[in-house]
Amino acid sequence: MRPSRPVTLAVAALTVAVFSLAACGSDDKPGDKKLTVYSGRSEDLVKPILEEFQKASGIKVEVRYADSAAMAAQLLEEGGKTPADVFLSQDAGALGAVAKKGLFATLPAEVLAKVPAGFHARNGQWVGVTGRSRVLVYNAKQVPADQLPKSVFELTGPQWKGKVGIAPTNASFQAFVTALRIQHGEAKAKQFLTDLKANGAQIRPNNVVIVAEVNDGALAAGLVNHYYVFGKAKELGVGVDKLDAQLYFFPDGDTGALVNVSGVGVLTKAGTDPDARALVDFLLGTRAQTYFAQETYEYPIVDGVSTVAGLPALSTLEAPTIDLNDLDTLQETIQMIKDVGLA
Amino acid sequence: MPVARVRRVVSHPGLTVAATAAAAVALIPLIYLVVRVVQAGPDQLGAALLTARTAVLALRSVALAGVVTAACIVLGVGSAVLVTRTDLPGRRVFGVVAALPLAIPTYVAGFAWISTVDSFQGFWDAALVLILCSYPYVYLPAAAALASADPAQEEVARSLGDGSWRVLTRVTLRQIRPAVAAGALLVALYTLSDFGAVSIVRVEVFTQAIFTAINLGFDPTEALMLATLLVALTAMLLVGEMLTRRRGARYARLGGAGRPPSRVALGAWRWPSVAMLVAVAVLALGVPAASMLRWAAAGVSRPGTLAEVATAAGNSLWVSALGAVLTLVLALPIGLLTVRSPGPVSAALDRAAYLTHALPGLIIGLSLVFFGIHVAFELYQTVWLLALAYAALFLPLAVGVVGAAAGQSPPSLEEVARSLGRPPAYVLRTVTLPLAAPGLGAGAALVYLVCLKELPATLLLRPTGMDTLATELWRHTSFGAYAAAAPYALLLVLVAAVPTWWLSTRTGVFSHG
Repeated sequence: MRPSRPVTLAVAALTVAVFSLAACGSDDKPGDKKLTVYSGRSEDLVKPILEEFQKASGIKVEVRYADSAAMAAQLLEEGGKTPADVFLSQDAGALGAVAKKGLFATLPAEVLAKVPAGFHARNGQWVGVTGRSRVLVYNAKQVPADQLPKSVFELTGPQWKGKVGIAPTNASFQAFVTALRIQHGEAKAKQFLTDLKANGAQIRPNNVVIVAEVNDGALAAGLVNHYYVFGKAKELGVGVDKLDAQLYFFPDGDTGALVNVSGVGVLTKAGTDPDARALVDFLLGTRAQTYFAQETYEYPIVDGVSTVAGLPALSTLEAPTIDLNDLDTLQETIQMIKDVGLA
Repeated sequence: MPVARVRRVVSHPGLTVAATAAAAVALIPLIYLVVRVVQAGPDQLGAALLTARTAVLALRSVALAGVVTAACIVLGVGSAVLVTRTDLPGRRVFGVVAALPLAIPTYVAGFAWISTVDSFQGFWDAALVLILCSYPYVYLPAAAALASADPAQEEVARSLGDGSWRVLTRVTLRQIRPAVAAGALLVALYTLSDFGAVSIVRVEVFTQAIFTAINLGFDPTEALMLATLLVALTAMLLVGEMLTRRRGARYARLGGAGRPPSRVALGAWRWPSVAMLVAVAVLALGVPAASMLRWAAAGVSRPGTLAEVATAAGNSLWVSALGAVLTLVLALPIGLLTVRSPGPVSAALDRAAYLTHALPGLIIGLSLVFFGIHVAFELYQTVWLLALAYAALFLPLAVGVVGAAAGQSPPSLEEVARSLGRPPAYVLRTVTLPLAAPGLGAGAALVYLVCLKELPATLLLRPTGMDTLATELWRHTSFGAYAAAAPYALLLVLVAAVPTWWLSTRTGVFSHG
C-alpha cells in the first residue's frame, strides 16, 4: 500500500523546491539596503522616481502596486507580519485606516517639519508627499466661463441638472464630503448631497472616467482632483490647454477647492530602518518634489519647488483652511453618502 | 483486517482523504469568512445584510444571473446543435469560433462596448456583455455531449414516427441535460461573482456593494459580511442543480464503437443559421478586436519595451500553467471519487468545491492573504500561494471535467490491475491517468485560460514586482493610458485563444457527467 518510489521522490523534490524558493524573499533586516514598498499610487506615476531613488541610494526597492483601497485591506489583513516597509498611498484616508490599526511607526519631528502642519498626521504616523486640489472639470465648449459656479453648492441648481459627474466611492470625494461636514455642519452637508442626487448627478466609478467623459462632451462637468486632465492630455499627446476639458478652482475658500495629499507611512517593523527613512527623505527632497510637479502635475509641498506651468501655484489657490487631520471621521461620511443613496 | 473493515464503511479511504484535502482548499475562503463574521459579531452581520439596499442589489444580481444563464443556454445549446447535428456550411470553423469568446476577459469586453456604443450602460447592456463572454461555458460541454451521445435512441424515436424537431427536443436535448446544467451552473456562479464587466457597464449589482464597502473606509469587514450572502445564494443554486440532475436520467452508451451522430438538413434555415452565428461572432469577437485596435491608434502612450511585454507574457504563461496543474492535481481525487465511489461523501465534496465559486476574486484573494499570513507564511507572496488561489477559484471548472474523463475509463480495468497485485499508486499512474488523459488535458486547458484572465487575486498575491499581462492591462487602464494597454489586451486574448481553440477542437472529451 506504499506509494511507489518515483512518486515519493517527486513529492520530496517538490517540497524542497517550494520551501527553498519561498525562503528567498523573506530575510529583511534594517539597514540591509533593501526595501519593500507597497504603492497604492499608479506604477506609471511613481516607478520612474523610485528607480531614481534606487540608483542614487544603492537601496534595492521592491514595489507592489495595487489600488489604495485593496492595498489598505491587504495591509490590515497582514497586520504585523506584513512584508512591507513603506506604504505609499494615493490619499490620506487609506493612510489613516492603516494608522488607526497601529501599523505605522511614528516619523521623526524633523521629517514632519518639512511639510506644512496640516499636511502630516498630528501623531506623526504619516506624512504628505504631494498636494492635489479638488476642482470642477468642465467642457469648455458646453460651459461658458462666465457661467462657472462661485461655489460647489451651486451645482444643485437647475442649470446643472443631470450634467455633473461625481465618484462617490472615490476617497478624494469622501474627503471632500468630510470637509463639507466640518465647514458647514452635518445638516447642510447632507442637504447638499441629497440635492446633488436629486439634481441627477452622474455617478462614475472614478476620476479617470469623469475626465474622459467631460473631454468627450458626454458630461458637461465633474468633481475631480486636478491632475487627471494632465494625464488625459499626455495620453492624447497634446497640451492641457488644447483639451475641451478645462479646470476650474472654486474661489473664496469654498469646500469644492479642498487641497488633499498623497502620502507615505513607515510600517512599525521598519521604524528604525535607515533605508525606509532615506526613502521618505528622498520623497520630500527637491528632486522628487520637482519630479511630481513636472511629471505627474501635482503640487509640491516642500519649500523651494515650483508648480508646473499652466497650473496656479498652491499659494494662490483660495483653498478652504482645513487641517487634514480633522478629516478622520470617515465612517460618518460613508454613512451619509450611503444614506442619501449615492453609493 | 482493520483495513477491510474501514473499506466497508468508506470505500477508497486514500482517495477520500485526498479529495477532502482538495475540497478544503476551495473552502479556505469560506473559513476566512466565518472567522471574520464571528469576530465582528451577529450585530454587524445583521446591519450589513438586513438593509433594503442589500435586498435590491441581491435581487438584481439574481435577476442578472437568471437572464444571462437562460440566454447562455439558448445560445450555447443552439450553437452546439448547429455545429454538431446539422449540415451547416463551415461547421468546423464555427465550432472553433463559437468557443473563442471564452478567451476575452469580461472587463476587456465591457470596456470595448462602452467605448464603441454611446451611453452603453445598465442591466440589459451588462447582460449582453456577460452573455457574449460566457455562453461558451454552455456551448463546449453541450457540443461535447451532442458529439458523443448515442444516436440509437434518436433512431428509435425516428422509427416511431417522430419528426426531426420532436426528436431534438424530446430525445437529444434530454440526453445532454446534465452537461448543459453543469455549464449553466458555471455561468450563473460566474455572473454572480463578476465585478469587472458590471462596474464598467454601470449596473449596480451585489458585487458592487461589496466593492463599495471595501472602497468606502478601507475596511473589508462589511464587504466580508455581504459576501456571505453570495455563498448562501450559491448553496441554493447547487441544490437546484442537484435536483435537475436527479430528474435527468442518464443515457450511457453500452459497449460497441461510437458512431457519428446523425445530422439534420437545415434546408431553408441554412443561411439564417449561418447569419446568426456570424452575428454572434461579430458581437463577441469583432467589437472587442476593433476596439483594441482603436485604442492603440488613438493614444500616444506606449506599452514599454518589448522585453517588458515579453516578461509579462512569460509570467502569465508560467503562473497560469502552475495554477492549472495544481488545480488539476486537486480536482483529480474529487473527480475520481465521484465516479468510483458515488454517494453522499463524494457528492458533498464535489459540491463543496463549488460553494465559494460565486465570491469575487478580491475576496478569494484576501482569504488567501489571511491563509498565507496565518498558516503558510513561507509561501506568502510566492507564485505557489498564487497558484493555490487559482485552485481555490477554479476548482469547480476542473472537477466536472475530471469526473467526466475518469468516468470514461471502466473501473474493471483498475480492478484487474489491483487483483494482479499492483499497488494503488501504480494503478493510478499506469491505468487510470493514461485513460483519463485527454479529459485531464481539457480540464487543464480550461483552468489555464481562466487563470490567464484573472486579475484581482493576482494583484493581491503575486510576488512583489512580478507583472503579468492582466496586471499590466490593469496598470495602464487605471491611469487612462489605453493605447499602452491595447497590446497587453490583444496579447492576453491571443494567448488565451490557444487553449480555447484546443478545447473546441476536442469537444468530444469536454463533457460533464
